[in-house]
Amino acid sequence: MEGVFYMAAAVAVISTALVIVQMNVVHALLYLILSLLSAAVIFVTLGAPFVAALEVIIYAGAIMILFVFVIMMLNLGTQSAGMERQWMRAGMWAGPAVLALLLLADVIYMLAVSPRVSGYAAKAAGPREVGIALFGPYLIGVELASVLLLAGLVGSFHLGRSVRQRLPEEGEAGGGEGD
Amino acid sequence: MAAVPMEHVFVLAWVLFITGLVGVLVRRNLLFILMSVEIMLNASGLAFIAAGFKWGQPDGQVMFIFILAMAAAEVSVGLALVLLAYRQFRSLDADQASRMRG
Amino acid sequence: MLSLLWLVPALPFAGFLALALFGRRMGAFAAAVGTGSVGLSALFALAVAAGFISSPPPARIYTQSLWDWINVGGFKPGILLYLDSLSLVMVLVVTVVGFLIHLYSAEFMEADDGYSRFFAYMNLFVGSMLVLVLAGNLLLLYLGWEGVGLCSYLLIGFWYRQPENGAAAIKAFVVTRIGDTALAIGLFFLFLNLGTLDIQKMMNMAALRWQAGSAYPEIAAALILGGALGKSAQLPLQTWLPDAMAGPTPVSALIHAATMVTAGVYLIARTNVIFTMAPAVQFAVAVIGAATLLLSAASALVQHDIKRVLAYSTISQIGYMFLALGVGAWSAAIFHLMTHAFFKALLFLGAGAVISGLDGEHDIFKMGGLRRQMPVAFWCFLTGACSLAALPLVTAGFYSKGLILFSAWQSRRAGFWLWAAGIAGALLTSIYIFRLVFIVFFGKPKTAVVKKPGPRIVIPLVALAFLSIVGGFVNMPAFFGVKDVFSRFLESVFPVPPQAASLPETELLLETVSAIVSLAGVYVAYFFFLAAPEYSEEMARTAPGRALGKFWFSGWGFDWLYEKALVSPYRWFARANRNDAVDLIYSFIAAASRFFHYGLSLSQTGKVRFYAAVLALGAVITITIAVLAR
Repeated sequence: MEGVFYMAAAVAVISTALVIVQMNVVHALLYLILSLLSAAVIFVTLGAPFVAALEVIIYAGAIMILFVFVIMMLNLGTQSAGMERQWMRAGMWAGPAVLALLLLADVIYMLAVSPRVSGYAAKAAGPREVGIALFGPYLIGVELASVLLLAGLVGSFHLGRSVRQRLPEEGEAGGGEGD
Repeated sequence: MAAVPMEHVFVLAWVLFITGLVGVLVRRNLLFILMSVEIMLNASGLAFIAAGFKWGQPDGQVMFIFILAMAAAEVSVGLALVLLAYRQFRSLDADQASRMRG
Repeated sequence: MLSLLWLVPALPFAGFLALALFGRRMGAFAAAVGTGSVGLSALFALAVAAGFISSPPPARIYTQSLWDWINVGGFKPGILLYLDSLSLVMVLVVTVVGFLIHLYSAEFMEADDGYSRFFAYMNLFVGSMLVLVLAGNLLLLYLGWEGVGLCSYLLIGFWYRQPENGAAAIKAFVVTRIGDTALAIGLFFLFLNLGTLDIQKMMNMAALRWQAGSAYPEIAAALILGGALGKSAQLPLQTWLPDAMAGPTPVSALIHAATMVTAGVYLIARTNVIFTMAPAVQFAVAVIGAATLLLSAASALVQHDIKRVLAYSTISQIGYMFLALGVGAWSAAIFHLMTHAFFKALLFLGAGAVISGLDGEHDIFKMGGLRRQMPVAFWCFLTGACSLAALPLVTAGFYSKGLILFSAWQSRRAGFWLWAAGIAGALLTSIYIFRLVFIVFFGKPKTAVVKKPGPRIVIPLVALAFLSIVGGFVNMPAFFGVKDVFSRFLESVFPVPPQAASLPETELLLETVSAIVSLAGVYVAYFFFLAAPEYSEEMARTAPGRALGKFWFSGWGFDWLYEKALVSPYRWFARANRNDAVDLIYSFIAAASRFFHYGLSLSQTGKVRFYAAVLALGAVITITIAVLAR
């Protein structure tokens, strides 16, 4: 199990790093899906198979499909990859690097000072516990999430529709309603 | 199972999160920025799962589900905005959409 | 009859409102409104007086509460009219003299552009003055007090197109403001310590709570005295009155001679209980009065401007009233206030007739020989001059001034010196006023007369001349065997003077001395200014004569002193503080917020990635702080 974890972790890190350096959007998207899948594997090793399934179905499935739709609709050609290359400059990495180092320092400090708990709780939480918790103490959160999704639906629908009305000569309207 | 030290999981979450953050800050393409945001959300979800696993509680997984719902809503609106911006500016350059400075 | 009292102040206010609102369209009718309202008010005042004398109200006090002005937590000053014999005398003086002066103004101001404005201000003044004298509490009195101050300011600067008139108005306003502030503080002090501003209650409370001669009545009296000094142009706040002559002559007659400037005398007489309990301050009143009457009489001796002579004379005569107040001769002060109102108004109006007859000439050395050309003005002016100089037996001034000098003589503290100052002042008075008479009305004509006074000028002059003669007969000295009607009339208001029973022989002697002194003054004036003017000219040419003349001419250098000691430093300070040091704090705040505004607006780049970076930076810093502060 440990081996599986470290391997999946390595895949996740590498593929994620590749996502942000890719010039082609579609390639980046594929690497992102890979990263999400490896994250699902990690979830399984951490004893959360239900979440792993959700990760695959919703994240790697539905959400990524949305990206694919949009990319197809934008119909980005090869010149956009060239432009990406032009935009990527070495100096741009300096600021984020500093931020990352600061955050690393925080994490290391936290891990160093936090009390060590030996071992883990015996049982992993399965779908049953998750469901009970979800519709027990977190009921309000569930309702809020549904409201949020509704808002997202209405918002994206509105954005897509207003495009059509504002720019009638632009022809068909596109995605955004694919939630 | 369960022999992986928690610190390693957290470091992994950190690496993923930082990668996403760097992506947001470095890329100018709106689509890449959105993807990077997804990476960051996923990384934080990983941290929740790890914490829940550590204490044997389902709460971490519940949080992940909430994050998932939020990500779905965010992506749908974000992508609609990307489309809109592309129509408006004929480009996905985030820096070009700076005309409404006040 | 007495219930008509409220109409007395209300009518002038109604006239003011009518004139202020519709005056422009009235034209010559404005004078009818202005004069008529005051005339009606005078008639009602006479009716009220008749009612008051024929059937006196209980305790000889009649109050009429019109409405509550303010009602806040125990502080409840009402619009309360308060009529006793003192305020009745004041009301009669104000309305009758005011009416005559209004009538005079109807002709005097005829050619002026601001005809209706003038009458509006004058009506407002008469109304405020009536509020002042009829007020049942000190707050209402203060309202009238400030009202007359405002009207004084407006009327001094009536011809506002000349900047010096405006300057004179501002000077009068600011200088009297010093006194008003003292009076306001005095009101606070009295309310704080006695819990009421109602004059009658306050006097009773003061007599109950305070010990005579203790600090409380002394402080209260000193503060009230401060207000009276400013309003009545006494030392050291006298400098505004000579400059106030910039206003039209009827204004000088009404406000700066007959009524407003005597408000200080009225105030002190009204609060006589407090002053009686404050012997030190009361003595100061006497000393200030004596000093003022001497200084300004000397100044009056050397002035060139006919109105300035009369202005200094007014200051001097009010000095007499203060002297009387200071020695506790309350009714003598009010008696002199009344006679002075008659003859000084007469003198001013006569001077106004002369000035307008000579087309605005103020310099007495350019006048001369007007006795033949303006006989009416001459005889009336002469009557006023005789009354001012207190020529014996026939003039009102003789009786009132004689009573004051007699009271001063009787005073326990420095009686002789106060009397000596008074008698010296009487000599000076006699000299300066007859100097004026001889220079202006005798000798050779120097300027042609362009305008003869019409009936509306002559009638007030004659009426006031009549009053200047008979006004004194209401209060004759004891040795004539006639009752002193006036003093008895005021007895219900004032405490009886301590040494009331004095020898008639002493009084006879003193009266004789003052009669001789005033006649001697007339002769001196005749000798130096008519018979042998070369002597006076030679005297003025010598070095000490020139220096003294200049010194007196400038009013003993008070203006110079105040200019150097107060005005210049204040100007310097104002210039130095042009940018307002205190304001710097606030402008710094404004500048800082502007600076930060620009700084923050720089951060509004519109670039999403920049925002995200800053957001991340902020989050990282927050996390770091949270981690480290754990």
